[in-house]
Amino acid sequence: VRFLFSSALSPEALVINDPDFQHEDLNFLSRSQRYEQAIRKSSLMVMKLREHGIADPDEIYWFKSFVHRGRPEPLDLHLGMFLPTLLTQATPEQQDRFFMPAWNLEIIGTYAQTEMGHGTHLRGLETTATYDPATQEFILNSPTVTSIKWWPGGLGKTSNHAIVLAQLYTQGQCKGLHAFIVPIRQLGTHEPLPGITVGDIGPKFGYDEMDNGYLKMDNFRIPRENMLMKYAQVEPDGTYVKPLNDKLTYGTMVFIRSIIVGDSARSLSRACTIAIRYSAVRHQSELKAGEPEPQILDYQTQQYKLFPLLATAYAFHFVGAYIKDTYRRISGDIIEGDLSELPELHALTAGLKAFTSWTANAGIEECRMACGGHGYSRCSGLPDIYVTFTPSCTYEGENTVMMLQTARFLVKSYTQVSSGQRVTGMVSYLNDLSRQRIQPQHVAARPVTVRINDPISLVEAYKARAARLVEAAAKNLQAELNHRKSKEDAWNRTSVDLVRASEAHCHYVIVKLFTAKLSEISNAAVRAVMTELCLLYALYGISKNTGDFLQAGILTDTQVNQVNQHVKELLAIIRPNAVALVDSFDFHDVHLGSVLGRYDGNVYENMFEWAKKSPLNKTEVHESFHKHLKPMQAKL
Amino acid sequence: LAAPPHRSLQSDGVNPDLASERLTASFSVEKLTARLDGGAEHTRMRRAIVEAIESDPAFSRENQYFQSQNERYEAAVRRAVHLQKKMREMGWTENGPEIKYIYRWLSGDIAFLLHRVFMRSISVLGSDKQVAKWIPLATEHQIIGSYAQTELGHGTYLQGLETTAVFDIATQEFLLNTPKISAMKWWPGDMGRSATHTVVFAQLYVHGKCYGVHPFIVQIRSLQDHSPRPGVTVGDIGPKMNFEHTDNGYLMLQNVRVPRENMLSRFCEVQPDGTYVRWGSQKINYFTMTTVRISILSDEVILPLMKACTIAIRYSAVRRQSKLKPGEQEAKILDYQTQQQKLLPQLAAAYAFHFINIYLHELFDRGYQEIQGRNFDSLPELHAFSSGFKAMVTQYCTSGVEICLRACGGHGYSLLSGLPSLYTRVLASCIYEGENTVLFLQTARFLIKCFMAASAGQPIPPSVTYLSSAKPGKCPAKDKLDFLSPDVYLKAYEQMAIRSVTKLQHLIQSGAEKHEAWNQCTVQLVKAAQAHCHYITVKIFVETVEKLDNKAGIQKVMKHLCDLFALHGIFSNAGDFLYDGYLSGAQMDLVTASYLDLLAVIRMDAVPLVDAFDFTDKSLNSALGSYDGQVYQRLYEWAQKSPTNQQVSPAYGKYLKPLLQNRLSKL
Repeated sequence: VRFLFSSALSPEALVINDPDFQHEDLNFLSRSQRYEQAIRKSSLMVMKLREHGIADPDEIYWFKSFVHRGRPEPLDLHLGMFLPTLLTQATPEQQDRFFMPAWNLEIIGTYAQTEMGHGTHLRGLETTATYDPATQEFILNSPTVTSIKWWPGGLGKTSNHAIVLAQLYTQGQCKGLHAFIVPIRQLGTHEPLPGITVGDIGPKFGYDEMDNGYLKMDNFRIPRENMLMKYAQVEPDGTYVKPLNDKLTYGTMVFIRSIIVGDSARSLSRACTIAIRYSAVRHQSELKAGEPEPQILDYQTQQYKLFPLLATAYAFHFVGAYIKDTYRRISGDIIEGDLSELPELHALTAGLKAFTSWTANAGIEECRMACGGHGYSRCSGLPDIYVTFTPSCTYEGENTVMMLQTARFLVKSYTQVSSGQRVTGMVSYLNDLSRQRIQPQHVAARPVTVRINDPISLVEAYKARAARLVEAAAKNLQAELNHRKSKEDAWNRTSVDLVRASEAHCHYVIVKLFTAKLSEISNAAVRAVMTELCLLYALYGISKNTGDFLQAGILTDTQVNQVNQHVKELLAIIRPNAVALVDSFDFHDVHLGSVLGRYDGNVYENMFEWAKKSPLNKTEVHESFHKHLKPMQAKL
Repeated sequence: LAAPPHRSLQSDGVNPDLASERLTASFSVEKLTARLDGGAEHTRMRRAIVEAIESDPAFSRENQYFQSQNERYEAAVRRAVHLQKKMREMGWTENGPEIKYIYRWLSGDIAFLLHRVFMRSISVLGSDKQVAKWIPLATEHQIIGSYAQTELGHGTYLQGLETTAVFDIATQEFLLNTPKISAMKWWPGDMGRSATHTVVFAQLYVHGKCYGVHPFIVQIRSLQDHSPRPGVTVGDIGPKMNFEHTDNGYLMLQNVRVPRENMLSRFCEVQPDGTYVRWGSQKINYFTMTTVRISILSDEVILPLMKACTIAIRYSAVRRQSKLKPGEQEAKILDYQTQQQKLLPQLAAAYAFHFINIYLHELFDRGYQEIQGRNFDSLPELHAFSSGFKAMVTQYCTSGVEICLRACGGHGYSLLSGLPSLYTRVLASCIYEGENTVLFLQTARFLIKCFMAASAGQPIPPSVTYLSSAKPGKCPAKDKLDFLSPDVYLKAYEQMAIRSVTKLQHLIQSGAEKHEAWNQCTVQLVKAAQAHCHYITVKIFVETVEKLDNKAGIQKVMKHLCDLFALHGIFSNAGDFLYDGYLSGAQMDLVTASYLDLLAVIRMDAVPLVDAFDFTDKSLNSALGSYDGQVYQRLYEWAQKSPTNQQVSPAYGKYLKPLLQNRLSKL
């Protein structure tokens, strides 16, 4: 299966064996120590990248992910947002001033958008940038507590510049959000500049090594030339020049969300690797009286927890690759000015970002639970995977909001179909609805002859379910509109239905993409095992949502029984390949960071070795004995 | 009963967005609080105790989120020592009515909790002579105990434990050993650093014959200098997802000798000549272990969900986002249907579980009396109850707390919200005191047995008689309002539970649990147990609401919550209700409509309903969930206290400065 995953270069020799990148187990370090380690490694990394002459973005990505073992680090926002934003939104003159210093890390920047009181609703941001034509400067202010910039990574301690998003005021008018390059710390001393209050937002669930920060600005002045002016401009006299096209920003969002879909796949794969390997090592109870304790992976309940997640991890890999490829394919068109495919891709990736991150989030927890008590120890690596992954349900678009964006596109497509137009792409199944309209009620309940052993037939079943739920949501929305005046109100009162419709649509897309992938696999043995996983993914999804399939008349009670039965058969079929299927993800032990998930399976010895290094074990008798226990025993 | 100072409406500085929520309450918050406490006098006592603890700076948890594992452990030990002093000062005792409120407030953030388990196990398993010897020492903290059962390689399956205790007639001692690495004791709390003694569970060998797992009191550290005793290797198992303050430990024993009298011998004994004698019934012991599962529910499982709901719902009334109507202010996120759908079912579940917990305690009290009278008939039923409800409630509450966490967006991810710690604590409850899947299967085993007995015309316990009342039929509801009738939805739940069990017909007909057949059905068996517990929970909620006093609007608002809990369950498990056609597709649409309508109704009382839980700000310890709703100011103030802002990070001088000044090559 290995060939399904591309590995650009082997960074092992460069990073894993490099003594400079070694350090104590992060689980034993405090937040400050973890931050320090991360900064140390980032600094070294920059140096070594230059030393090895590595400049290709993919190679940098691999190198970085090995240095930081897939973990966040304080320069993430500098490399991932500050530099790219300069490239896309700065004028050539601004690039001359900022880009090379930033490339050489004399300037370290971050991207300050989110405020304490405002995240999702960008138009609600309160930070102001008021143009003063007398001095040709912008005056930046954080007028309220809620307007304090909050969360940007690398802002708390690391950066000396930030790209700040603020409401632009010029000639007495608000022109909406614009981006400004703001110096925040003194070069040389790293002290905050006068008018700037900056710091770390404190401990979080995860992201210990990241100095997520706050930023408050009081009448802080920056030159006019620090507004990013490739698109919108403010002229010296304060005249505002509008940008040409808004849709271009869609491209960046599609790209970032495609990365999150890939992250969902990777994080879930890591969790599955740990849980499945450990389940092969752990023995428990009796299946047959008198026999030795079986591997817990032989229990049906354990297989039922883990194998559908394994199938899901594979499904998400293919979805991530699909979005990335599609984005690459149409980004050429975008440069040419053809934006016709962008709205659908944008709508689709919003929903898929939400769908995959929600599923992976729950799946990682399921893997952890499947490891019993030891999954709860940090040595399992699973707590860390979870806390690092879970914010992706929130950042880059809160998931419920994302689902509703997809729903907006679905409703729009449905409306087009209703008015006699045809739609294309992933939503083309909606075209069929109009043809069925001649039949009385339950239009979506067209009898689908579902063959539960055939992935292609299951795609049809998912398609019918999506069509039914999109139609139901659109009709409920219309009914609310007929009752009420406000569009927003009607939308809000239908939003639960709308989210369900989006989920069904995304689920259909994933089953469809997974199924389509099968025919591309030339190796027969690999194709066979992937077909089993694809079937398991599709059938498990049905068994978890039988209500939708029964209610729409897509499946009968008997078929539901068959689906449940077939899921159980597939668990047994996949069982012999389970460990091989996670080995194929090819995570290096160092990257996996788990004692339970070690490739060699020597779990217990290494748990003991790990525990001996715990901070509480630094001395044989803990100081609390002398400080508290002994005096108490003496007094009582 | 006057409102306590922490929730006075007059107090200045309450965020107007939260104050306005309290003006429209349809019921009396004070009266509901008293109902939850079991009477106004309990509320008064609880508040007095909370006040006494909170006014004592030694119990402050102000810096908790900034502390390292070492600091958390030390603080927990300090608090435990201080609590002894405080209890003497206040005249509180271990057996007094105050104790549950004390520990509830401390919410487990204290050392020596396993010391209490150590004492309980000696009281239950020890002979009178052993109790007389050890309990006074433990009460006076002359010794500190732990409870060492779980091993590195064995948790759920007790018979599989590998630690050995071999009787040596010559010296009248037991020789304890850890024969291999997987036999090392692993996880016991208070053992890593604090305990001097522990109860070790080991396979007893006399004259080469194995008699199974027995408990032994073993001294592991010196009473003089606290160093490990010869042959003992003991330490902390390292950082976990939570419980940083607890020194969960490992223990390895190499030829450690304990006197014959250290085997706990209420039920069996090894006599000086090596004769093994067993006496009395272990059933009482078995009952005690069963009650532990129920005893954790209130404080360790349901309370975290109540706290999480309080934090998330108050925050959702303060947080504003996007506009619902053009030209208006941005809307409270609590006004979004999707936000209501996330939070309000969790709120309803918190109330449902509060009531099921009361019911379970009453059931177990009755059971205890019967057992005292040597009547063990109810034991299988009680065991099935404790297993199934422990599994269901922990699983539901864990997912509920996580939903609350994620419903608070980015700020929920900050430790300062209090939600990550609540989540990581409650989720441990899915594993300890019996892994949930294993527990569901135990309940399923009971259900199958009862169903078989019923089919054979034998009597079955009252809680499962419904299994024999299966009548095929259709739900009579015609309108969405029909689904607000408890009779209608209860019947639907009952039918669904019966179907889940009878679906396992082939297993039942095959006679019993042929191991392979059993393993092939476990996924369905778990579902059947869940369906049963879900049904009973709805049923108890309905019965509780019927008995409530119809004054002060309490019965009405509880009825709404009960309806919501029931309909949300149907909506979320639609397939199980549609299967067999008891509910039609059209009826399912009515359920959905009714369920969504309820969200808007309960929305109006959401904040008063969490206020009624009556948590003080200090016990919530959340920047998002405080009573006054001053979320942003508090978040900003607390963040500034973070050590990362107090100290100059060494990283700047060492790494950042050379980096910024582009002198990378000198690193």
